[in-house]
Amino acid sequence: MLLLVQYTLIFASVLILVALGGCFSEHSGVINIGLEGIMVMGALGGALMLKFVPATVPAVVMIVLVIAAAVLVGMLYSLLLAVAAINFKADQTLVGTALNLLGTAAAVVIVRAINMAENKDNVSSTITYINSKKAFLVRIGGFEFNWFMLIAAIALVVSYIVLYKTRFGLRLQACGEHPQAADSVGINVYKMRYAGVLISGLLGGLGGIVYITAGVSEWKFENGVAGFGFLALAVMIFGQWKPVNIGIAALLFGLFRALSNVYTGFPALVALKLPSTIYNMLPYIISLVVLAFTSGKSRAPKAEGIPYDKGQR
Amino acid sequence: MNKKEKRSLLRNGAVQSLIASLACILLGLLAGYIVLLLINPAGAGKAITAILKNFMYYPTKIKAMQYFGSTLVKTAPLLLCSLSVLFAYKVGLFNIGAAGQYVAGAGACLYCALALQLPWYFCVLAAIVVGAALAAISGLLKAYCNVNEVISCIMLNWIALYVVNMLLSTVKDASSPYSEALTAKNPGAIIPSMGLSAIFANNKYVTIALPLAVIVAILVWVLLEKTKLGYELKATGLNKQAAKYCGMREKYNIILTMAISGALAGMGASFYYLTGMEQWAVTQTSVPGMGFNGIAAAFLGGLHPIGAIFSSYFIQHITSGGAYVDKSMYCSQISDLISALIIYLCGFVFFFKLWLNRLLDRRDEKRAAQGQKGGEA
Repeated sequence: MLLLVQYTLIFASVLILVALGGCFSEHSGVINIGLEGIMVMGALGGALMLKFVPATVPAVVMIVLVIAAAVLVGMLYSLLLAVAAINFKADQTLVGTALNLLGTAAAVVIVRAINMAENKDNVSSTITYINSKKAFLVRIGGFEFNWFMLIAAIALVVSYIVLYKTRFGLRLQACGEHPQAADSVGINVYKMRYAGVLISGLLGGLGGIVYITAGVSEWKFENGVAGFGFLALAVMIFGQWKPVNIGIAALLFGLFRALSNVYTGFPALVALKLPSTIYNMLPYIISLVVLAFTSGKSRAPKAEGIPYDKGQR
Repeated sequence: MNKKEKRSLLRNGAVQSLIASLACILLGLLAGYIVLLLINPAGAGKAITAILKNFMYYPTKIKAMQYFGSTLVKTAPLLLCSLSVLFAYKVGLFNIGAAGQYVAGAGACLYCALALQLPWYFCVLAAIVVGAALAAISGLLKAYCNVNEVISCIMLNWIALYVVNMLLSTVKDASSPYSEALTAKNPGAIIPSMGLSAIFANNKYVTIALPLAVIVAILVWVLLEKTKLGYELKATGLNKQAAKYCGMREKYNIILTMAISGALAGMGASFYYLTGMEQWAVTQTSVPGMGFNGIAAAFLGGLHPIGAIFSSYFIQHITSGGAYVDKSMYCSQISDLISALIIYLCGFVFFFKLWLNRLLDRRDEKRAAQGQKGGEA
């Protein structure tokens, strides 16, 4: 049971971080379908840091370095979306999809190149970090507390305050609802949208490293992040683009994702004799069902997905 | 007179698309080359030529012809996936689920072939129906529940992968993670070659799937450009409300579009797995890239069915070519990287056309002004 709570919390943390990223981007008016790719790149940055920083450094240093790497790579990568979508008015869905494919392909190429440089026969796309990962974990009885859980909770609170209580957040939202009106009162829409996308890169990259360190100590980059970026988008929609609701939605989705990891620990579930594949599918099925019921009266930012053109009325 | 013709040529939409696509390819290859240089400067030049040469890597003509055939065999499913993507895109839907519909089609046709022992045409039909049904779910959700089709498609991609893995586990080879070989279990399920394989140095995987895929491309073009249905679908894509106001059934049109799109992707899968070239690995943990490469091919082909024939071939050419890079230095995924870059660059095509037209306008203005001045003098 404790294990279920632990997994639920860690997966919910991933979903909270990434969904909040999507939330910022969409509130500024840019659809970020590329979150999945941003997660992969952030995960790659963090994983390389885990690999190359010796496991003997103090835990705090390790945590800061890994987070910095994930965040930085995530933000740099999200710039690709920002430039294309904001300056060049590209189709945001297309560019986002490209980012997803590019993220996985680039990560595989990079990891393989590194692995092959170390050992000629190692052609796998896997990075292991069993020892360095311990910096993030604190054992409290049978419960493995992960610092990322705290970070996700902080991110949730900060996002709420930023979006609703600061000048920046309200302006950001204005750019996603009615950019022309925002522009007319002197808000630089392009700058705001850049800020939105970059924040989504920051949170997406962070979510990526959390995801690949949740429950496993090595990651095969050929798998990308298995649709988790899209689950986060589903969480965002289910949470109606509001931080608090996103937090609740993330817990629900996290629970179903955690079940596939730990269902063997529940005699009642094992007795059902369902193949493990069913539990793997569960998060995706649930999100489809949930989306079907909640998308009807969608409260999406009105101007999302539409490139802003100053000259247009 | 000559100059006037030249100008009108550059103004031509098809020519602009062609230039844009070629620019995307060149920039994509250049970026790929830079990545290769960064990994290991020693073999980068050789690696990029290996990717571009693909089957021409083999010195003998027979061997090259055989591998040319293999590339073509894989082009057929890619072409259908790209048609699937572009058909939906023309109607304003982004069918990222082509990958999942492809998976579903593969599962359906292999199950029909191996477990039910049906002949090939029934297997193809099953793949089409299942692909269409899967895509129709996305269409239904979009039309009636306002669910973004991109997200529902991604969810269905993963669901399809897991279901197909489960389904094909029942017809799995006892000693390997692959589904049973068609040649041993049900040769009647293999798409007939009708002598085509003789052209490709007896590459037995070359079948009538190739000409069929091209015919389908032409049919898609006819459907989109020359029929009332195609017109209605495109109108719905441009403006749902306007289409509804004109008396078109906009919800029905969305679902129908997705179903046709899914049918194309499902058919693509059957055109590949029913050649017997590859078996399905039931332990797969990621969705096959065919559907995603279809997105690259669709946009690279300028979203035109005939253009898709050439762009699909190109994408498959470099994907297959990736197998020939020096494995002691690089990995074959470098081609995936290049195709992903090409998709990204395709995002800039719209801006490129805008910029080109503006440039042409300015040049014409200048020329007109000069002409006037010349007249005065």
